[in-house]
Formats: sequence, C-alpha cells, structure tokens
Amino acid sequence: MELQCPMPKFDFDVITLGHGSGGLLTHKLLQSGVFDIFKNELLNQQHDGASFSLNGRVAFSTDSYVITPAFFPGGNIGELAINGTVNDLAMCGAIPQYLSLSFIIEEGLTMKEFWEILVHIKEATQKAKIKIVTGDTKVVEKGKGDKIFINTSGVGLIHPKANIHHNNIRPGDKIIISGNIATHGIAIMSVRKGLEFETTIESDTTNLNHTIEKLLDRFGNDIKFLRDPTRGGVASVLNEIAELTSLGFELDQKSIPVDEQVEGACEMLGLDPLYVANEGLFVAVVAKEIADELLSLLRYDENGATAAIIGEVNTEHPGKVLMKSRIGGRRVVNYLTGEQLPRIC
Amino acid sequence: MKYLSEYRDPELVKQYLDQIHHITTKPWKLMEICGGQTHSLVKNGILDMLPDKITMIHGPGCPVCVTPVSIIDEAIYLAQQPHVIICSFGDMLRVPGSKKSLLEVKAEGADVRILYSPLEAVKLAKENPGKEVIFFAVGFETTAPANALSIIQADKSGVSNYSILASHVLVPPAMEALLSDEENQIDAFLAAGHVCTIMGMEEYYPIAEKYKTPIVVTGFEPVDLLQGILMALEQLEHGEYKVENQYTRYVQREGNRLAIETMQEVFSVSDRMWRGIGTIPQSGFEVNHRYKHYNARLKFKLDIPVAEENKDCISGDIMKGLKKPFQCPNFGTFCKPEHPLGAPMVSSEGACAAYYHYSSVNTPEETL
Repeated sequence: MELQCPMPKFDFDVITLGHGSGGLLTHKLLQSGVFDIFKNELLNQQHDGASFSLNGRVAFSTDSYVITPAFFPGGNIGELAINGTVNDLAMCGAIPQYLSLSFIIEEGLTMKEFWEILVHIKEATQKAKIKIVTGDTKVVEKGKGDKIFINTSGVGLIHPKANIHHNNIRPGDKIIISGNIATHGIAIMSVRKGLEFETTIESDTTNLNHTIEKLLDRFGNDIKFLRDPTRGGVASVLNEIAELTSLGFELDQKSIPVDEQVEGACEMLGLDPLYVANEGLFVAVVAKEIADELLSLLRYDENGATAAIIGEVNTEHPGKVLMKSRIGGRRVVNYLTGEQLPRIC
Repeated sequence: MKYLSEYRDPELVKQYLDQIHHITTKPWKLMEICGGQTHSLVKNGILDMLPDKITMIHGPGCPVCVTPVSIIDEAIYLAQQPHVIICSFGDMLRVPGSKKSLLEVKAEGADVRILYSPLEAVKLAKENPGKEVIFFAVGFETTAPANALSIIQADKSGVSNYSILASHVLVPPAMEALLSDEENQIDAFLAAGHVCTIMGMEEYYPIAEKYKTPIVVTGFEPVDLLQGILMALEQLEHGEYKVENQYTRYVQREGNRLAIETMQEVFSVSDRMWRGIGTIPQSGFEVNHRYKHYNARLKFKLDIPVAEENKDCISGDIMKGLKKPFQCPNFGTFCKPEHPLGAPMVSSEGACAAYYHYSSVNTPEETL
C-alpha cells in the first residue's frame, strides 16, 4: 500500500532498544512520529494520562494484538488494533470516544514498517471518528517479540436506546450475521509462512461503530445482543451465548454467507468456516418482529451488503447450537478446541 | 465453487436417499475407508438419513489416527535434538505420544513448524544450512508422492540437511487385515477416492474376489457418498461382489502413473505398525536404500523403545469398526479434543472427533 502521509526523517532506519529507553531517542521518535500524526487537544498535553469528562453510562474495553504476519492482504496490525477495540465497544452498545495505544516493538522493525502501521492507525481512527489520547512505547530485544505487538483500550458512551445483554434473548429471536464469514482468517492463513497459497482474498477488517449506532438509533432494545465473532469464529460466539442463556440456537447452513473463494480455501485446508476468525463482522440476536426490517436496513449499509438471517433461538436443545446442513441433515456445532490446524490430505 | 455445489444438491441427495430406502431389504454393514468420508457423513447429518437397516462402520483411513505412539515418540525425540527443525502437517501436533505431544515440546522451545507441503521443508533446509530439517511424513498413498518428490528434489539440488521420518501406510493391506479378522462384520467397502486417484483400482480386484466383498471407489461429498452407498447396496442385494467406481471424475483404473513411479523411486514396501491394530505385513513405505541419507531414522540412528498404547483408548476397536466412538466409556468425558487419550479424538479425520464435533449423539447418555 502507498503511504498516504510523508514519512518524517528519522535518525535510524530501524527501531533499536534505545527507542524504548525513555531517553532522547524515545523523545525524538514520539515527537517526530507519534504525537504529530495523532495530534488532538488531549494527546497534545503530553501528560502521563488523559483527563476528560464523559456524561452517562460508559463502556470500557481492552484488547492486545499479536497477529502474525503483521502485514497481511487488506491491512496491517495497526488498523486491526483500532478497529478491534472500536468494535468491542460498539458490541456493548457504546459509541466509542477515546482510545489508548501501546506498542511493544521488537528491535529491528524498520522505521518504514513502523510508519506504515502508524499511517494505518491514523486512517482507522479518522474513519471510526475516535481519538487516541494516551499511549506507551516499549522496545524488546530481537527474538523476544514478533515485530510488533499492540494494545489498545477504549471508552465509549452507551447509546441511550441500547440495552445489550444476553439475558434479553428470548425463544423466537432471530440470529443475524452482518456479512460473509471466515474472510479475515483465510486472508491471514494465505500468507502464513509455510502455508502460502495464491488468492485475491483480503481481510475485511473495518470499524463497525457507525453501522451499530444507526441500527441502535432505529431499533433500540429490540437488538438483544451483539458480538464480533473474531477468534473462534461464529461457532464459538454462538456456543457461548447458548451456554449463558440456556437456550438453543439453530442455524441454517444454506443461509450462512461465505465468499466462494474463501469456501474453496477452507475446503482445501480442511477448515470449517464457522470456526475461522472474522474481523469487520458482527452477529446480532434481535426480536423476530424487527428482523426483516433490520436486515433490509443493514443490507444498504457499507458493512452489510451480504447480511443474512442465519437462524433462530429456541427452547428445544438448551445450551446447544445445532445446524441444519445444506442437504437437510442436522448436526451439533461445538466449541472450537485449540487452534484450527490445516489437515493432512 | 460449482464443482462442489453440484455434489451437495439437496434434490439429488433426496433422490439417492429415496432409492437407498427403496432398495434395502436386509441389514447391511458398510465400511467407509477414509476419515474424510466419515466426517462428511457425520457433518452433513447423513447417518441419520439412512435406513435403520444400514450401519456405516468407520474405517482406519485416518493417517494421523493409525500412526503408532512409538513413531510420535521418534518425532518428539528428533524435535528435542539441537539444531533441528521438525516440520509436520498440522494434524499431527496435538496427537499424544507416550509422554507428550509435538505441540507440548513446541511450547517447551523445540522448533516445530506446520507446513502444508514437504517441498516447503526442502526450501526451509536450503534457507537454514546450519540446521537439520526433518519432515514428519505421515499419510496414506495420497501424501506419499509429494514426500517422495521432496527427497528427489533435495537430492538433485544437493541439499544434505534434509530428511524425512516416514510413517506411510497403505490401504489395501489394511482392508485385507480387516476382512481376515475373525471378528469381521464388513459386508462392503466404500474405498477412498483420493487414494484411488493416485493408485487406481487394480489392487482391489483380487480383494473383492477373494473375500467376496463389493468395493465401490467413492468420493467425499454428500451426493458422492450416497451414490457410493447405493452402488454397494445394489451389489449386496443382488449377491454380487465387484469393484466399481463412483468417483469417475478423478479416479482412473490405472491411477496416476507419474505419482506411482515417483513413490516407487524413493520408497520400498515395509511392515508397519498401525496404532490400535498392530503390525500389518507389507503395509507401509520406508525410504529405500538408494535414498537412505534422507531417512531420518538412519541419519539420527533412532532407537526409541516401543511404547505401549494407552489402554484406556479403544481406537483399535473403533478403527476396525467393532465399536462406535460413543460406546467408549471415556468418550466426551476423560477423552476430549483438549485432552485426548488417542489420535481419533484430535485428528481432523478421526471418527471420535467427527462424533464429538458434529454428531447429535454427543455423550453416551445424551440424545438430542
């Protein structure tokens, strides 16, 4: 990807241990890089933390990003770190406001790579309309990290109409997915060392907060539950809710949207798309009365073109997720155990 | 994905099911050889759609499941040696050896890598001249040609820091071992489509004739499986025992000559121990004398004591088709994918994993 901001002149081509020392090099890196690119009235104070007021109920979330490789088709670890926490807040029914941003960098990361990550972070914050207000940078010795790890934490104001809680889920509610499943996981898999295969599949990482806000404006507490099915995929999220609510979740395989190329890659690698990680995707459990209307609205949204109702909640098999297969059989959809590993033949 | 959706067509599935129900007059036991077929049967809910008279027995065609504890111990020993990178297909990592699994030694610091192709391992050897790169070559006749090719490539390009730990098993000797077992209950076989894509069908004619057992080479999608089952039932109901080919879009009678010649160049047939079943004569491949420098067993002078299989695991009975996974007292209780007693619970083709992940019969007591 072409860098959109000109890279400032740094004294070094690569990040060294000195850049995390807290001394002059750290100061220079922050002044000519981080502070400048993310500037806003709170960050500009350059204090130990940010101070601000928030009126109303607040959601608070944190996540760490250790993805390998850090650069992948469709994005890099930087935008993932912003979108991930923004989306976690949105799933709580919140409108994200402020984020912290912490780097743990392995020495040897090139300044060019670091800058590219910063640029992607900046673009993601602009798109999500949030501000980075505090942060940290540490550097670890070569071999003690994997290029770069990022932690972001964030706060958001709960939408006045939102009441997201699994306790609100009732039998008859519909399960909606906002788009094609498994795309992100397969995009990453396609560039993993030793597993590379040629594909045009790109990660669909994006911020979902504006989409969620729009849905909450319109449907309020008829949206019972929201979750972004990242690691563990859709199957794991649904198993968690089934267990928490002691209700049954029944899926219809033929209505679950999967991109053809992604499905082909899953077949080849022996992976079940229901367990593959997603980004830029959410599962919603909504009252059946509004399901069709919500779906039509969602399909006009940039993040919902292939959204679908994929199943419903029942009392038939408490705590379990079942799926009607494409050919009419029925099977249990269980938790993912460990990491999905490519099969042998 | 048109080539797949056609074979998952609900209308076609219904037509085949109707014919199967119509034709079946007696109880029959059919064994699908390959674990991929088992998973497709369970994952698509086909087992519950078949007539009650039909029993599907899940065969030994899961390479990970039949790899004995001793060979996993060999791989673990190699992984723990200095300057060694051991490469494996992903499935093997979670399978328990006598003490630990490759995933555990990886966590302890061993350099264990998941690869999708042995040719990647040769590349890795070229990139790391100071290391010994070993590929854990597990599989049936399907993975053997690529593993053989990796040795030929290494040999041609003078890569001497590459070797393989071969755990190759062959399908026809296993079928014969099952049929000649006094507890045998198999009326007909669905042979494994992928294996036959490589090997062809010639080896099956004498088996069908000797044991008077129909063999239908079958694919993996719902329509493939139902068509294969129907073809086998038609033979059984008419008292026939022929070798037939359902998977005609890939399998030719003579197989893939180039792949077979590549295997023959590098491997020789040897006796092989099968996990849970025991030693079956002439049922595996070992690296031959000409390429002995690429045999990790010789290169590292392996002499690992033969470890006992876990007595609580009934994988032998499962793979011989004598028991179903949920008939094991440990299924879903002491044996789960996160802490398996045996390989069938962790391999993506293992029968126990199929029942655990997909079947509506999740624990022995529980029926949904």
